[in-house]
Amino acid sequence: MRGCRRPILALSLAIRDLDAGYGAVKALRGVSLDVATGETVALLGTNGNGKSTLMKCIMGLVRPWRGSVSLTIDGATHDLARMSPEAIVDLGVALVPEGRRLFPRLTVSENLMLGAFRRAARRDIARNLALAFDAFPVLKERAGQLAGTMSGGQQQMLAIARAMMSSPRLLLIDEPSVGLSPLLVSQMITKIGELGERFDLTVLMAEQNFNQAVRIADRGYIIVHGEIVVAANVDELHGNDIVKRLYLGGSV
Amino acid sequence: MKRNAIAFWGFALLFLAAILLSAQFVANEYWFFAGYVILQFIVLSVAWSILGGYAGYVNFGTSAFFGVGVYTAVFLVSAIGAPLALQIAVAAIVGAVMGFAVGLLTLRMQGIFFSIATIAVTIVVETTVTNWRSLGGAAGIQIQRPPVTAPFHSYVQMLVFVQALLVVLSVAISRYIQNSWIGRGLQALRDDELAAECTGVPTLRLKMTACVISGALMCAAGAPGAMYLQYADPASAFNLNYSVSVLAMALIGGTAHWIGPVIGAILLGVTQQLLTVTISSEVNVLVLGVMLVLFVVGAPEGIIGLFRKGRRSEGKA
Repeated sequence: MRGCRRPILALSLAIRDLDAGYGAVKALRGVSLDVATGETVALLGTNGNGKSTLMKCIMGLVRPWRGSVSLTIDGATHDLARMSPEAIVDLGVALVPEGRRLFPRLTVSENLMLGAFRRAARRDIARNLALAFDAFPVLKERAGQLAGTMSGGQQQMLAIARAMMSSPRLLLIDEPSVGLSPLLVSQMITKIGELGERFDLTVLMAEQNFNQAVRIADRGYIIVHGEIVVAANVDELHGNDIVKRLYLGGSV
Repeated sequence: MKRNAIAFWGFALLFLAAILLSAQFVANEYWFFAGYVILQFIVLSVAWSILGGYAGYVNFGTSAFFGVGVYTAVFLVSAIGAPLALQIAVAAIVGAVMGFAVGLLTLRMQGIFFSIATIAVTIVVETTVTNWRSLGGAAGIQIQRPPVTAPFHSYVQMLVFVQALLVVLSVAISRYIQNSWIGRGLQALRDDELAAECTGVPTLRLKMTACVISGALMCAAGAPGAMYLQYADPASAFNLNYSVSVLAMALIGGTAHWIGPVIGAILLGVTQQLLTVTISSEVNVLVLGVMLVLFVVGAPEGIIGLFRKGRRSEGKA
């Protein structure tokens, strides 16, 4: 159905009062968050504040305890909290997981093929593969190499390219900067911004690196100990007291 | 791809024809007794590798499935005098159902936890059969072979041919899975289950599929065993040796390709037969252990891995 690339008029993600966690540990407390068509939204927070848990809740990998995750596509609303990850992929959502999570013993091209595992994506493999190689030429040079033997930056590129193989509309990226040198982080963030524009993607990116993330974001949420403490446009974020205290070394 | 398929089926037909012809020209029955055991191990290790190799879920329950196959046949023969083909077909269905049930109970566990759970399954099933009076209980049960039909001269010859058919069937299934999206999905979840879920691989469904197919083939491989021995008892039908041998065969052959378990089963199966004849059947277990250690240390990817490494370094030179 999505193979013919019917342009999606509207896509929006709405998270309301979300609680989630693991066993006795509550990782998210009453989180509400919105992402609208074409936006790039940054989810900012340091380690262990619940960014990845939120990403996993959207992807159906973690079941929330309370609250809702709904994705509206052209007027039809889907309750992601009740869907399996594969059904969510079918809706046009893709996650680039934290730490890349490639298939290390498979080659670059096998990794990319697996990004197109869903039936709808299989028909577009040739086109999406060409797009991926166009966006990241180094992946083409290394198509036959085992993914686990590449450098961190190349692995991150592959992780993003693999997610793009399912022709997503909503791209979730969890900490693309982890383990990369400052120069590479900057290049990676720029690349994500370019991809977003080129493919009309709606992007939700979890990131620790405030200065890099806000370069391409329209809006940002700051999450501390599982709660959203700030939600603002990027311009407002720069002047925010909490941001100054948490990220910019200012004292309040 | 097309040419590969023709070569594969051509070879399969040749193999079956050779088995049929051997029934006419080989007089010594021993070869059929030994050949049957080796073919049975090929089916078992190919079946094991569908879950244990492709998906990386190390299953110690081979003997449970094998034993249930044996006893399904025993039950059908003693209850209704079912013919061999029916015994195998029903055993395959029972194996599939059992694979589904075991999968449902255990496949949410990962790594060593799954392996331990499969050992538990073996013990539960063996205990059940041991206490099943009408199936002979712990003492075992004797069954009678029906007369054999042409072109075979003995029942064992026919069983060898039947087991050879099962070899072709299981290898064809394993080969199909490897080259299909099922195989790719299984490989993905073996490498990183969470990443596989992120890319939309329905991990639980694929694991269940693998477990059902693997279980059906293992039970089918066990079914003719009842007629082969004309006797079944729980201690030998559910012997943990089957689990360990089959696992060793698959790992030594290499699980990255369908041919791996075939090579491993032939190599180890022949070695075991030679040792049984020349020294004693107890030495089998020792040799198996030593070989497994050697391969885990020296060639963790098995014989297949050695070949691939050789080819890769040749390519570089």
